[in-house]
Amino acid sequence: MKAFLILDGHVFEGKSVGCTDEIISEIVFNTSMTGYLEVLTDPSYAGQAVCMTYPLIGNYGICFEDMEANKPWQSGFITREIAKLPSNFRTEETLEDFLSQNHITGIEGIDTRALTKILREKGTMRGMITTDENYDMDVVMNKIKQYEIGDVVRLTTCKDVMHFEGNRFKVAVLDLGAKKNIIRELQNRDCEVVVYPSYTKAEDIIKDKPDGIMLTNGPGDPKTNVEVIEEVKKLFATKIPIFAICLGHQLLALANGADTEKMKYGHRGANHPVKDMKTGKVYISTQNHGYMVKEASIDRDVAEVSFINVNDGTVEGVHYIGKNVQTVQFHPEACAGPHDTNYLFDEFMNMMEVSK
Amino acid sequence: MPKNPNIKKVVVIGSGPIVIGQAAEFDYAGTQACRALKEEGIYVILINSNPATIMTDKNIADQVYIEPLTPEIVKKVILQEKPDSILPTLGGQAALNIAMELEESGFLREHNVRLIGTSAKTIKKAEDRDEFKKTMEKIGEPIAPSSVVTTVEEGLEFVKTIGYPAVLRPAYTLGGSGGGIAADEEEFKEILENGLRLSRVGQVLVERCIAGWKEIEYEVMRDANGTGICVCNMENLDPVGVHTGDSIVVAPSQTLADKEYQMLRSAALNIISELKITGGCNVQFALHPTSFEYCVIEVNPRVSRSSALASKATGYPIAKVSAKIALGYDLDEIKNAITGKTYASFEPALDYCVVKIPRLPFDKFIKASRKLTTQMKATGEVMSICTNFEGALMKALRSLEQHVDSLLYGDLGNEPVEKIHDELSRVDDRRIFVVAEAIRRGITKEEIHSITKIDMWFLDKIENIVKVEKRLATEELTKELLFEAKRMEFPDHVIAKIAGNTKEEVRALRDEYKMYPAYKMVDTCAAEFEASTPYYYSCYDGECEVDATRKKKKVMVLGSGPIRIGQGVEFDYCSVHSTWALSDSGYETIIVNNNPETVSTDFDIADKLYFEPLTAEDVEAIVNLEKPDGAVVQFGGQTAIKLTEDLLKMGVPILGTSAENVDAAEDRELFDEILEQCCIPRPAGKTVFTCEEALAAANELGYPVLVRPSYVLGGQGMQIAISDNDIVEFMDIINRTVQEHPILVDKYLMGKEVEVDAVCDGEDILIPGIMEHVERAGIHSGDSISVYPARSISDKVKRVLEDYTKKLAVSLHVIGLINIQFIVYQEEVYVIEVNPRSSRTVPYISKVTGIPIVDLASKVITGEKIRNLGYTPGLQKESEYFAIKMPVFSFEKLRGAEISLGPEMKSTGECLGIAKDFNEALYKAFLGSGIDLPKHKKMVLTVKDSDKLEAVEIGKRFVALGYEIYSTRSTCRVLNENGIPAKFINKVERESPNLLDLILSHEIDLVIDTPAQGIEKSKDGFIIRRHAIETGVTVLTSLDTADALLTSLEKANKDHLTLVDICRL
Repeated sequence: MKAFLILDGHVFEGKSVGCTDEIISEIVFNTSMTGYLEVLTDPSYAGQAVCMTYPLIGNYGICFEDMEANKPWQSGFITREIAKLPSNFRTEETLEDFLSQNHITGIEGIDTRALTKILREKGTMRGMITTDENYDMDVVMNKIKQYEIGDVVRLTTCKDVMHFEGNRFKVAVLDLGAKKNIIRELQNRDCEVVVYPSYTKAEDIIKDKPDGIMLTNGPGDPKTNVEVIEEVKKLFATKIPIFAICLGHQLLALANGADTEKMKYGHRGANHPVKDMKTGKVYISTQNHGYMVKEASIDRDVAEVSFINVNDGTVEGVHYIGKNVQTVQFHPEACAGPHDTNYLFDEFMNMMEVSK
Repeated sequence: MPKNPNIKKVVVIGSGPIVIGQAAEFDYAGTQACRALKEEGIYVILINSNPATIMTDKNIADQVYIEPLTPEIVKKVILQEKPDSILPTLGGQAALNIAMELEESGFLREHNVRLIGTSAKTIKKAEDRDEFKKTMEKIGEPIAPSSVVTTVEEGLEFVKTIGYPAVLRPAYTLGGSGGGIAADEEEFKEILENGLRLSRVGQVLVERCIAGWKEIEYEVMRDANGTGICVCNMENLDPVGVHTGDSIVVAPSQTLADKEYQMLRSAALNIISELKITGGCNVQFALHPTSFEYCVIEVNPRVSRSSALASKATGYPIAKVSAKIALGYDLDEIKNAITGKTYASFEPALDYCVVKIPRLPFDKFIKASRKLTTQMKATGEVMSICTNFEGALMKALRSLEQHVDSLLYGDLGNEPVEKIHDELSRVDDRRIFVVAEAIRRGITKEEIHSITKIDMWFLDKIENIVKVEKRLATEELTKELLFEAKRMEFPDHVIAKIAGNTKEEVRALRDEYKMYPAYKMVDTCAAEFEASTPYYYSCYDGECEVDATRKKKKVMVLGSGPIRIGQGVEFDYCSVHSTWALSDSGYETIIVNNNPETVSTDFDIADKLYFEPLTAEDVEAIVNLEKPDGAVVQFGGQTAIKLTEDLLKMGVPILGTSAENVDAAEDRELFDEILEQCCIPRPAGKTVFTCEEALAAANELGYPVLVRPSYVLGGQGMQIAISDNDIVEFMDIINRTVQEHPILVDKYLMGKEVEVDAVCDGEDILIPGIMEHVERAGIHSGDSISVYPARSISDKVKRVLEDYTKKLAVSLHVIGLINIQFIVYQEEVYVIEVNPRSSRTVPYISKVTGIPIVDLASKVITGEKIRNLGYTPGLQKESEYFAIKMPVFSFEKLRGAEISLGPEMKSTGECLGIAKDFNEALYKAFLGSGIDLPKHKKMVLTVKDSDKLEAVEIGKRFVALGYEIYSTRSTCRVLNENGIPAKFINKVERESPNLLDLILSHEIDLVIDTPAQGIEKSKDGFIIRRHAIETGVTVLTSLDTADALLTSLEKANKDHLTLVDICRL
């Protein structure tokens, strides 16, 4: 069946894959060459349709253990070519079947590079994927304009507190739309992990006496999380070490009076160089963000920039002066992507060790 | 860290002559790196014995020594030039080995020269099998169970613990020389003995066989601050067991999930951190196909063939960045030259699929074993880029120029299915076609996978191509089907053939549907950033990104495709120089080529680069888009020349010599007419098509005769026939491939062969110099030792040569380059071949005379005159230096290949010997080609009957040098009768001790064996020569070569070699 991806001023015709329901969402691109399943199931993509710039997707099928959440969160999936015969010893099903079963609207056979260039030049846009050949452009554009991404953090966070056994440190994870691998990394270090829904009150976390707090990644515009930011302020006021990733990093910045802004087309991929300002060493990181902390807005008495992006110089990490608080914009938990900054979890362990 | 201010004067070691396993990729890497060093204000001193390279040009380095690559010569250069640093990581294994020797002996320390690019410790840890194993064990990176052995007994003991098959890898050898997989004890012993001898340190690694695992490579970079990145990973379609240089390789990996991809990436970075690599490094892994188990196969702490491929596949200039790291820079201080915005500390994101296919030399060595093993055999490779794997594979196949433009190969379609099934287990260069045929015949993918271990993903993609073939054969050619075929890059003529139409009909359909290829950019970043110097590839499923606006006059330079015997790096040299010269003359330059190893496909050589096959259809699509004002074909070898007619049909003017005149030189009758008009004699000859005609012609001319197809390069298919039987045999071989042009039968004159390259502007000519061949006519010019200036011809003959060259060039209306080969026979000059285009000797003669003839020719073809370019026409004054071009062969890499020289070219590369004294130049040339005698002072001399008298002279002189000579019966008798104390030795088929035992005793320096003319019937000589080559003994098959070698040994002052700086000639 034919499918169409409609953006302001551009229509791409392709083939429908997966679910045929019409969707409207933000359209972004990701440059990772592997890890499409991790990307599909990363809750930070809630409310977005992702265009994979690598043209051959689905080559190794679906390996359920690689999922970063229990289900895919993307609204749509945009590719050039999906493999009909996946090949890998762990393959459990094809990507196409996975999309169908999980009601993800997909489109294949489009010029993903041309789409990427549009997004690069015009910035992240909203768009529609439809199988209706007789769409009315005016109606479509009207619908697209009305689209709101909504409270996606509330949507993706866990509904109940979750508890995982461990012996070393007790870590409270505030789930803002967390990738599973954040929790796996803590478990790998023998931590007891308690995962709280995003709307949990700070007092409820503090009374559980965690050794450290982890603020996770998550979707959407950080500033819309007004209530969460208030709770984060309270968590920050304690002496409990905090390690924050992505949305967590942005919320801590906002909680400390800094500002965030929407980027033209964001950073999404597994090849982003971040420079450790202390050592000058560069690490390749996985990134997935459309918003960033404005460097000029950071109060130098409160925090210092710990990492920057080598490509565009944007803030990639913040260290809070005199506090055991480390935040990064990128994803040290990788999945998909390089494991170069995995050591930051070890540093988090050290932070908890010294303050214990 | 910024640049180290103490590095000011750097010696760069090149890789020497092109041999299998060490080819043009080092010219590319070396050139790029030297340019990067000069960009940083470094004074660069280059040593490389290969005159055919761009890196040995005077504009690439400040001082250029085209001298033999031996530790002694490098020491001499260091003593004379007093550099502060030496950079050995750009010249492959050869350069690393020399640097190691100088470091280990304390020479570098003693003269305050620092080793940059890598440390000796790093090299040792990566290259020494034992150290490597210890290092990997220390950091917990798995390697296949293995042991380093230094004796056969030790090896046999160890192999008991791992079982057969077992893999053997000698330490410190090129392209896996002497390695292999042994299936049983007998094979094991044979390979081990040989490997121990070939290894510089007498070590061979014996390891568990992991054949059938996935072979995955990572190209990684690291700076001194510890930042490590992965430029690219690559997956071999052929599983472990075939050398990666002989495998079909795809980038990035296709069948690895992120878990495996990152696991191996982390392992690669872990390894380079432990080795403290500063620069580029290649790490090869074997990955178990059904688990996460992997092992490290090999680490190359330098730029390599794979790094060249990775650079071209991603746009990331590994050699350039490595050079800057060597100067002290960190990755995040080096700009990404493609985007101009981002930095070298990132990982390229590809949004296309890359396929590399090796170019194997079995068309030249029909007797050689085609089996692919861990010993590399390819002479070159092609790369293609497309948005899908099928398209990239199809484009790569036709880029090979082996008369196969799809997955349909030869007669496979007529073979019974059982035969196809059997063939699947044969690992050779035809396997991809056999796999496709197996799918066509309904053998299941699972079955094919279980035999070949080729991943199902690749088999499925091949099936997609086969499905389209079937649809084309059975269905109506609808728009949808045509698009699907074009998306998979089926050429029009293949579609037409399968669908039963004509090429023109298919083309008309495409015009109707406006179905043309679009061109996408290679930009390192999958379109995330705007690119400033991208290059392009075609696809059918997307919009075109090329800005074809005309800013100035455009010229298209057609490259020479993959490196093969007969068409080597020389033609890339010419293409690149012509591009530079044309750019200098104000043209916008566009290069079309598909060879990832070369300088011409570097991103910043031409204004635009199209990484595409060099077929008429592919070139036409670019022509239609770019609308060039002209095309240059005379520099790209036969590959480019073959496109002349098609370009004219497309309406593109050919700059320089016109197509009709190129034809006139090749068309026997037209050419004869011109010769007659000019009163120039040539050996009597005839053109024939059939075997009967050939026999009649040969008998009329009288034997010996030369038989060859027209329109070929490198003397392909050329043979000397001495009897009717030979004619029948040769004609049969020639006619195995369809001949569009007649076959030439010429009287063979055994005279002095002389060669001239000249520039002609239509009126005047410029001859930089006359080159004379050491070997008499009958041995291909590319395989002959060439001497400039010619020594043994009279001034009178020189004047005749000049006169003939001018007459021929003017009569053929040559504008640009012309190459003419003459025979001087009894003071008479005969023309044997005229090529109105650049030749193999162009770089050599340009360098030794200092006359940049490609630049001059490029200016001439745009309308300039020789007289206005600052030159006086005619034969130029002879240089005061003798410059000798020595052919270099790769016979030891090709099991079963016939090594005796003849009219068909066999050498893979060349080196130079240059000195004021002829004997010294000759000695240096031999030394550069790896012939360093005497050692044991024992030799074998067996010659054919007609050579017996000359052999006496040769024998006497070797005895005078202290040599002990062994000969078989008839040669021995003649030598003894003439007072030479040769020792008798039994022929190979007789009882031991025989000749074979002698050769295998490893005490023989040299074998001189001249085979009877024609294809040899006796296997004896063949066996002697093969065994000698495979045990590393120098073999000469021409007494002329032997005479030259003697002269150099007798007269050269070996202890006082002089150095010649090409930049100051």
